Amino acid sequence: MKQHLHVSAEPLSEPEVAAVIEAPGCGAIVTFVGRVRDRARGRAVQGIEYEAYDEMALDVLRAIAAEARAKFAIADIAIHHRTGRLAVGDASVVVAVAAEHRGAAFDACRYAIDELKKRAPIWKKEFGEGGSVWVEDRP
Amino acid sequence: MRIIVRFFASQREAAGVERQEIELPDGARAADALEAAARRYPGLRAAASATALAVNRDLAPPDTKLHDGDEVALLPPVAGG
Repeated sequence: MKQHLHVSAEPLSEPEVAAVIEAPGCGAIVTFVGRVRDRARGRAVQGIEYEAYDEMALDVLRAIAAEARAKFAIADIAIHHRTGRLAVGDASVVVAVAAEHRGAAFDACRYAIDELKKRAPIWKKEFGEGGSVWVEDRP
Repeated sequence: MRIIVRFFASQREAAGVERQEIELPDGARAADALEAAARRYPGLRAAASATALAVNRDLAPPDTKLHDGDEVALLPPVAGG
């Protein structure tokens, strides 16, 4: 069985990540899938390469999952991020949350992806017509 | 003391290496590791002000004291998810 928190080059499958979480008694499962878009900031995108500081990224995901459990009434949470070269349409990140009720599940899922984007030591390089560029997201 | 500096993304490309062992004097701080890396790999200089630092996998302010064997990671602005 896969881990709850995972950063690796393996392709992501939303049902596989959702299957990781324990959900007996939970009336709500919320999943978020982030996918590679074919456009960004006015440019056509052909693919994206993700790079992670693996050890620290896992520490950060662990902290985010613990915070989500503390802040929201959830039963379980899984966060998987993919690294390496991805094509348009590929899933880069999946967050899955189980809770008794949907409010907490939605809130925790939103929290997890928002915090991951702010804090995880992961970077992306976009490949397009004119070449490639490391994206530097600004809040 | 011996420090391992880790490079990622645009900075890994600018330095041409993923990691570099460097020697720093006792009492050195995280900012000194960044400075030593920029001296060795001048391509890092331009991005130095936008670089966050992690010491042993924890975000650390530039004045964080270093110890022998510490790992200092130079972190460009993150873009995960």
